Amino acid sequence: MARIELQNIAHSYFANPAGPEDFAVKELDLTWDDGGAYALLGPSGCGKTTLLNIISGLLTPSRGQVVFDGRDVTQEKPEQRNIAQVFQFPVIYDTMTVRQNLAFPLKNRGVPHNEIAARVTEIARMIELESVLDHKARNLNAEQKQKISLGRGLVRSDVNAILFDEPLTVIDPHLKWQLRSQLKKLHRDFAFTMVYVTHDQTEALTFADKVVVMYEGEIVQIGTPEDLFERPSHTFVGYFIGSPGMNVAPVTIEGRRAILGGHAIELARGYPDLPVGARLELGVRPEFIRFVDTGEGANGEGLPVTVKRVDDIGRFKIAKVELAGVPLSIVAEEDTVIDGDEAHIVFDPDHVHIYADSHLVEGAR
Amino acid sequence: MKRLIWLVPTVYIFFLMLPIYWLLNMSFKTTNEILGSFTLWPEKFTVENYITIFTDPTWYNGYINSLAYVTLNTVISVSVALPAAYAFSRHRFLGDKHLFFWLLTNRMAPPAVFALPFFQLYSAMNLFDTYFAVALAHALFNVPLAVWILEGFMSGVPREIDETAYIDGYSLPRFFVKIFMPMIASGIGVTAFFCFMFSWVELLLAKTLTSVAAKPIAAIMTRTSSTSGYELGLLAAAGALTIIPGAVVIYFVRNYIAKGFALGRV
Amino acid sequence: MNKTWNNKAWFMVLPVLALVALNAVIPLMTVVNYSVQETFGNNVFFFEGVKWYDEVLHSERFHASLFRQLVFTGIILAIEIPLGVAIALAMPRKGPWVSVCLVLMALPLLIPWNVVGAIWNIFALPEIGLLGHSLNALGFDYNYTRQPFAAWFTLILMDVWHWTSLVVLLAYAGLSSIADAYYQAAKIDSASRWAVFRYIQLPKMKRVLTIAVLLRFMDSFMIYTEPFVLTGGGPGNSTTLLSIDLVKIALGQFDLGPAAAMSMIYFLIVLLLSWVFYTLMMRDEDQI
Repeated sequence: MARIELQNIAHSYFANPAGPEDFAVKELDLTWDDGGAYALLGPSGCGKTTLLNIISGLLTPSRGQVVFDGRDVTQEKPEQRNIAQVFQFPVIYDTMTVRQNLAFPLKNRGVPHNEIAARVTEIARMIELESVLDHKARNLNAEQKQKISLGRGLVRSDVNAILFDEPLTVIDPHLKWQLRSQLKKLHRDFAFTMVYVTHDQTEALTFADKVVVMYEGEIVQIGTPEDLFERPSHTFVGYFIGSPGMNVAPVTIEGRRAILGGHAIELARGYPDLPVGARLELGVRPEFIRFVDTGEGANGEGLPVTVKRVDDIGRFKIAKVELAGVPLSIVAEEDTVIDGDEAHIVFDPDHVHIYADSHLVEGAR
Repeated sequence: MKRLIWLVPTVYIFFLMLPIYWLLNMSFKTTNEILGSFTLWPEKFTVENYITIFTDPTWYNGYINSLAYVTLNTVISVSVALPAAYAFSRHRFLGDKHLFFWLLTNRMAPPAVFALPFFQLYSAMNLFDTYFAVALAHALFNVPLAVWILEGFMSGVPREIDETAYIDGYSLPRFFVKIFMPMIASGIGVTAFFCFMFSWVELLLAKTLTSVAAKPIAAIMTRTSSTSGYELGLLAAAGALTIIPGAVVIYFVRNYIAKGFALGRV
Repeated sequence: MNKTWNNKAWFMVLPVLALVALNAVIPLMTVVNYSVQETFGNNVFFFEGVKWYDEVLHSERFHASLFRQLVFTGIILAIEIPLGVAIALAMPRKGPWVSVCLVLMALPLLIPWNVVGAIWNIFALPEIGLLGHSLNALGFDYNYTRQPFAAWFTLILMDVWHWTSLVVLLAYAGLSSIADAYYQAAKIDSASRWAVFRYIQLPKMKRVLTIAVLLRFMDSFMIYTEPFVLTGGGPGNSTTLLSIDLVKIALGQFDLGPAAAMSMIYFLIVLLLSWVFYTLMMRDEDQI
């Protein structure tokens, strides 16, 4: 496995890009540690598949270098980089058996027969396909076929990284977790460097140690699932992760308070150095807003809201309210009583963030 | 080697264009010049042949006749095939597989086998020498193909769409016309293309079933070459003109050609 | 697609059935009728049983035409299928030239068959045709109106010119349906160009190739107009293929009995061979 560095990478699908809008991947630097399990998360069109193809070599970046363990591989073709890629739908060789499928990459490289046989058996055991080794590959179900794709990547002993491009897309929803946990187990047991591209936050958050969130060709945050949840560095991350996503509302800042539609919200930090003329927004996740009875709360009264709708999910409730015309979602405990059209809420100051032009602003304590 | 791969289709297309170029070349020469000398380009460029065709009713009627029965055939074949293809696509019924197979076998019948029987049949029906005769006769071969192609495209539309429409209160005919047909529009286009193609090019039956009134251009051309003794220039011009409808049709379906030729079943 | 059982669907099929039955059943019945009867004119028929079938099946003339037909179809398939596939493989997968190529290639397919015959008739004439003139200029003694070999050469060249594009278009459609990911995976697996063809392209083209082979087989076996206009079946009998012979007997000599018997035999041969081809090629498939 290798440590992969992307240095000053940028890519445009146009021959003569005019400006930033023409770039599918805007300039970035990124390091993937040896043996790390990463998720590359973002909506369709954010550039994640482009980035993946740059790593694998299926795409040569317009600018920048790709470095494997200190070696510049930017101009090298995929087969020279020794990576494995699993695609959105199972790519198998229909006319071959599972065994022949797995042996294919080794045969093409001229590996001796007995070595191939040993390796195939070993990998088949690893991905739990031993029992079907001599079946025709096309007769297997989607999940097994994806495993064959994976197996073909693992079978080469010098694989540098395994790249997944939304591999669960064609798997039955109730089987997705199975393949996902097998991938996680593989990572735990063998410490492969894995990069997993997806637009599904659940997949990303459960699979990866570190998540790279992309939006419109840029990396907006890299962090553990907890980081992304607790401290989203970009409003997009806040909105994209969590269900429902983070509430974002335009505010003005006065000292240690944010003013939202005339109401004051206490902040845990001060923000002395706000960029001039920036669009200021407040972000707070629905999990960190509480309903209170009037009379409670640090200032004696919660903020008044009109209750628009309450959905009882079972283990919790999702309430949609409006504070001075600004819509907010709140995740409340299942035994919270919300009746009538009026209620009061407080925000948890430690989890209220301020964003300038969508980027998180570090406050001063 | 890889760089020169484009030579392959280029050489092939060049080969395809050669006889057509030669035809055009001859169509702009007088018959005397053709018989007299061998030149790659007309020495005396003339549009005389074309003028004859456009002004002589025997000639231009041939084109009109051909276009008439081909269009008639396409309309009949597609209209009749649409409900049938729908039935095959959505339902199972007694004998359905056998019927489908039987339809396909008709496509495998040598037209020569039908020459005489058709001649007798359509004469008996008093349809000899009419557009209908040729249109209906060609339907024997076009309808099975149309059903096959349309069924392929229709099967690509999920059943749920039908069911939703029924729940929404659509009757079968209304659903078919307003919802279903737009969805398989490219399939209908491909089918119409194939029907047109086959009917336009087929000659044996068209000639057998017509004599004067509905005689297709193809038959008129062959008559010319035998009776008035090789009016080559005229023949060439007539031939060149028969290529035009085909070219026009291809141009219109050029975006669907790749998809359509797999008959929707790739 | 889960289909519902609905016998009322027969109503939707009725128009097709009526039209095709009219055209197929009645004439075929006529043909069968003629094939087992004898007439001496005046519409008086005598039942003769299998006499005509016997006669046709033992006639040398029939054997000769059948043999010529089989050779012709065999050569045609052997040339057009590989050639069509090769051209399809050589064509660009994307880009502006694709539609230009496809349109130009489709042109021969839309020319009325007798015009095709006429074009080649003149194109190959020794004095005034480009092909004929050029071949003779190069030193070949070429005259297709007199030499059986030259006639066959021209006939085959004409058919290749006429129909290879059908194979190209079908093969190209099949190739276009292969997702990029397969080629990408093959690159990652270090597959050679030949391996890509053998394990990815050829299997995925199987369905369209079957269609191509079946269509070309059937159409070449039933071919009439183009060879008739090109050579009229000559010189002598050398290019008299099955259809041409049949029409000569039926419409030329009005020998209804033998013609009818020959028609039935002809039809059955086509059906049988088509079925054989189809089954052979579909051996590995799970569905039709």
